[in-house]
Amino acid sequence: MHEMSLAEGVLQLVEETAQREGAQRVKLVVVEIGQLSSVEPEALRFCFEAVAQGGIARGAALEIVDVPGSGWCQPCAATVPMVASYAACPRCGGYQLQPTGGSEMRVREIEIE
Amino acid sequence: MCTVCGCGADEAKIEGGEHAHTHVHADGTVHTHHHGDDHEHTHSHDHAPDGAHSHVHRHANGSTHVHEHVHQGEHDHDHGDLDYGAGPARAHVPGLSQTRMVQIEQDILSKNNAHAAKNRACFDERGIFALNLVSGPGSGKTTLLVETIKRLKDRVAIAVVEGDQQTANDAERIRATGVPALQINTGKGCHLDGHMVGHAIERLAPAEESLFLIENVGNLVCPAAFALGEHHKVAILSVTEGEDKPLKYPDMFRAADVLLLNKCDLLPYLAFDADLAEANARRVNPRLTVFRVSATQGDGMEAWLAWLTAGLEAQRAKRNETVTALKARVAELERQLAGH
Repeated sequence: MHEMSLAEGVLQLVEETAQREGAQRVKLVVVEIGQLSSVEPEALRFCFEAVAQGGIARGAALEIVDVPGSGWCQPCAATVPMVASYAACPRCGGYQLQPTGGSEMRVREIEIE
Repeated sequence: MCTVCGCGADEAKIEGGEHAHTHVHADGTVHTHHHGDDHEHTHSHDHAPDGAHSHVHRHANGSTHVHEHVHQGEHDHDHGDLDYGAGPARAHVPGLSQTRMVQIEQDILSKNNAHAAKNRACFDERGIFALNLVSGPGSGKTTLLVETIKRLKDRVAIAVVEGDQQTANDAERIRATGVPALQINTGKGCHLDGHMVGHAIERLAPAEESLFLIENVGNLVCPAAFALGEHHKVAILSVTEGEDKPLKYPDMFRAADVLLLNKCDLLPYLAFDADLAEANARRVNPRLTVFRVSATQGDGMEAWLAWLTAGLEAQRAKRNETVTALKARVAELERQLAGH
């Protein structure tokens, strides 16, 4: 979905930072993508390469750090791993799960020179 | 832009003709502005000024390398200092690579979220109740809006934003009910964003304590991620679709607070299991409020209208509370001044 908008969002943050830091080139971009976020990592990688063409981040490597999903299970009263937003609790098999982690889509850092 | 539907960011336009990024002022002057000019600052958070250390990087191809780099006093925020003078011309420590890591730590959607927060503040200030209506194409969103408006418009002021890739058909249908509506054509875009809605608010100038309804582009995927400043997302699913849609498109049903199961008057003629659809929706979102309605026949509309009315009253009360608190504060300050 809409990975191109998101790739443009990444690029905007990267270019602003690189410019402010007076960088000549961006070598690496590290993003954190949660397992429960609405991003398909491979689509983001493809789109980022496309939008970065012609700018300071051209050819930069994109490192995607997976953030595992987790949720709060009401019946278990515990935080449990969650692999998808429609997944059942691995302990009790119920669906009373509220996602608590793994929905992030963040640019963590960039490597510049 | 969307890899699925191939939509682009450059063709959005707000009804009225001009490009979304071009503004016409009251005096007739026109200017085009660049969106990178937001007055926001990203901060780099370096761990130690003048510190040198190494990082291990894992690349996409699986290879790993370690490299060293130097942090040279880019605003070390632990001490509250902002040193924008630490430019690129400073000396490098001999023997170390000139590459360095700069932390960004920002949400990819931070720009959109900032626009959305601004819209939200504007709604709250004026005591407006704002909803973002989302669904796949053909669920009956516009008919539901029209029927909702007909039943409410004598009691509350209403303004509507219509999002579609092309045509102003939906805005025309809304205007036929007598309430103001603005069409936003997203061009190749697959969703409305906070910036577009900000302009729509300026254009529509919604009344205080009114209802602001945003009908998003018919798409169960992309609009889930883009906040517009609304108080609630309301998802609409019609019984002519599949019961498993909430499982197929979980992001949208998780992002919504309310689900309207529409076209329920057709249930006797369909194999659709409404209980199963509700169970599937609650599976991805246990806190979902569900209303079964038929916009064309009026079934179930009272419960939905009651929910809307309660939301409007809550917004009003919240605003009055703020105003009352401010008045009390002013009175208290005046009393203190008079005492001196």
